[in-house]
Amino acid sequence: METRVTGKLKVAAAGDRGVVMTREFHAPRTLVYKAFTTPDLVKRWLAGPEGWTMTVCDIDLQTGGSYRYEWKKDETGEELGMGGVYKEIVPNERIVATEKFDMSWYPGGAVVTTALSEKGGITTLETTVTYDTKEAREAVLRSPMDTGVEASYARLEKLLTTDLA
Amino acid sequence: MGYTHSTRTHAKPDLDAIFAALADPTRRAIVARLAEGEATVAELVEPFAMSQPAVSKHLKVLERAGLVSRGRDAQRRPCRLEAQPLAQANQWLERYRKAWEQNFARLDLLLEELKAEDSRPKTVKTRQKRRNHKKY
Repeated sequence: METRVTGKLKVAAAGDRGVVMTREFHAPRTLVYKAFTTPDLVKRWLAGPEGWTMTVCDIDLQTGGSYRYEWKKDETGEELGMGGVYKEIVPNERIVATEKFDMSWYPGGAVVTTALSEKGGITTLETTVTYDTKEAREAVLRSPMDTGVEASYARLEKLLTTDLA
Repeated sequence: MGYTHSTRTHAKPDLDAIFAALADPTRRAIVARLAEGEATVAELVEPFAMSQPAVSKHLKVLERAGLVSRGRDAQRRPCRLEAQPLAQANQWLERYRKAWEQNFARLDLLLEELKAEDSRPKTVKTRQKRRNHKKY
């Protein structure tokens, strides 16, 4: 099976406290938004590294509502959790939410802005993560190789060779 | 830890300066070129179809971020890539990128499924119930 290349993910620093990710999807933004906000759908793609399962995905999609994500490693029972509160919601367009990991691998938290725009059936996603402090971003950038998140990323990298199609 | 060959004067590189420097596509291209080996400003100007002052300006930003150093040879002053701060910044961004690309690749497949569902009549469960409103 051929995996269709749908768009290159770009990651860059934004301002002095942020990181911005952009990517295109070949789907109307109503569907992309649905995939981002429907727990059963989120569980299917935000699965994390191989051998991990998204065990909890609670989404109370309203301003002031909270969300909670948890993953579990099937083999060891190791867990990773994070959550936050929705600060702003514009259906199919924009979600602003706070983000905090249970395991504090960086000081404080971050605010994540997810913006969707559509042109000719192609949806552009722009996710901006703004850390609470410059120090937090520094800590993220310098996060030691032995943190759980680091390990997750390493395992994710292994996944890259997997044929998803 | 001992000393490295590093030319850094600070205890740590200024990541903000590094990221700001790398946020520009021309500067990323210069960095990519220097990754192949050192080059003079004149050599850098060639592939970029830019004026020498414009390239020099970009180089200054890269120098300030500690990403590029200049040779001592007064005539040529070749530009050299300083690998360490770059590696640090790139390593992290690349890990971040790969982790998310993995998720997004799965999202691509899911979206294909959702599109297919939307575009064809489905089972009774998902079909909209039509109201039998008779007009007479």
